[in-house]
Amino acid sequence: MSNDSVSNLMKGHMESLAKEGKRADGRGINEYRKVKIEIGMISTAEGSAMVHLGKTKVLCGIKMLIGTPYGDSPGSGTMTTSTELAPLADQSFDPGPPREQSIELSRVVDRGIRESRMIDFDGLCIEHGVKVWMVYIDLHILDNNGNLFDCCTLAAAAALSNATIPNIQHGIADKDVKLPINCWPISCTFGKLGDSVILDATSDEESVMSARFTVAHDENGNLRAAQKGMNGSFTDAEIREAVKTARASDNVLREALKGIQE
Amino acid sequence: MAGQTDMELIKNGIRMDGRKPDELREVKIVAGVLDNADGSCYLEWGNNKVYAGVFGPMECHPRHKQKADRAIVQARYTMAPFSVNDRKRPGLDRRSTEISYIVSQAFEKVVMVEDFPKASIRVDMQVVEAHAGTRCAALTAASVALADAGIPMRDMIPSCAAGKVNDVVVLDLNKEEDNYGQADLPLAIIPSTGEVVLLQLDGHLTPDEFEQAMDLATSGCMELYKKMRHALENSYGGKA
Repeated sequence: MSNDSVSNLMKGHMESLAKEGKRADGRGINEYRKVKIEIGMISTAEGSAMVHLGKTKVLCGIKMLIGTPYGDSPGSGTMTTSTELAPLADQSFDPGPPREQSIELSRVVDRGIRESRMIDFDGLCIEHGVKVWMVYIDLHILDNNGNLFDCCTLAAAAALSNATIPNIQHGIADKDVKLPINCWPISCTFGKLGDSVILDATSDEESVMSARFTVAHDENGNLRAAQKGMNGSFTDAEIREAVKTARASDNVLREALKGIQE
Repeated sequence: MAGQTDMELIKNGIRMDGRKPDELREVKIVAGVLDNADGSCYLEWGNNKVYAGVFGPMECHPRHKQKADRAIVQARYTMAPFSVNDRKRPGLDRRSTEISYIVSQAFEKVVMVEDFPKASIRVDMQVVEAHAGTRCAALTAASVALADAGIPMRDMIPSCAAGKVNDVVVLDLNKEEDNYGQADLPLAIIPSTGEVVLLQLDGHLTPDEFEQAMDLATSGCMELYKKMRHALENSYGGKA
């Protein structure tokens, strides 16, 4: 059962634990929860993946449709990311049109994938200026136990890597081909808990932390996207340190993503 | 219902997917699959895949929907954009709104709503892959999720459809039969009393065929009911 508020006692407890480099669930401050990726469970989708990060569960489905390109990029395909904070995932998620929270989440995930050029947009052009593939990334959160940002980016990357361009269905060619993947963006999200910075926060930790910082790296260790969120702040040194920690810690997620490629 | 078609959907009493007219597609039910929801269920029915989650009883929002003498059931049925061949636009459309509404009303009959004045019980159904018969699948999954949440109920409600293809009354229409068949009759019953809590029909049935379809759908519901009880036994042990 989800709590709307965590008591001050719990807040104090989590902050003092973090100061000693410990967490309420026994992890270190820069340690990810257990991650598990499954792919290809949805046959109506062009690609699909389910990611479990601890008790957070996200299902991602890729759909590809044919459309007209934007005027300023007539030779490039398009990509749209949306997240559905399904009400069954969390008592605090309300039914209805997407709220700010869900829009920020979609946009941060979108930027990580887009700016890394994970998919080759020029390769998605069918007829210059007339017809391109439009890639839709739909993320369904089934269970929210914190760190939706990393879980969603991972689910999107896994589902894209599993995607097939539906040439036959749309009469483009007589063979379906795999969606070409250029690189592997991974996002790492940190939270400010008291005076400490922790990686991969659970929902309990998220409810008492004051600020959030997400950074996405490609497999060469170059930064691709970042976002600071919530109303607290980080010091300059904390941000620099977090970026370094991200590069050192994202291996766990990278390995999991590599594991599904076989 | 497209009505008449040249397509041969039944040949020598065997349907396109190899089933007999009175046979259900394969059904798999798992209770308690989500952590945050008070009760949950994952259900696969043929290629349909549905998650259901339940929260409550809790204070009813918005306030004006509260009932002074009982709880209300707020069911919400949604289809994922990737659940169908052409991408479905996210959010509630008129079809989902109708299904949500009739499912809420079906549950208000079995849930002991009089025990929880002013409360709401939220039932969320997410169809992640759709191949005809998703409202029955969603309703069945939601029943198991309600039981998993420990919400006092008079009974669970299984739901199953019957229909007509090539002038033959059949149980549990698949995608092709739904598209090219002549009639579709989704039904939900309370097994212990035999009461009907949900019934819809579109298409064309003679009075005799209607009787047959009702019998067939009822037997389908009873078969499902066993599977639902098994799912709960599997999660909690003991005799259901």
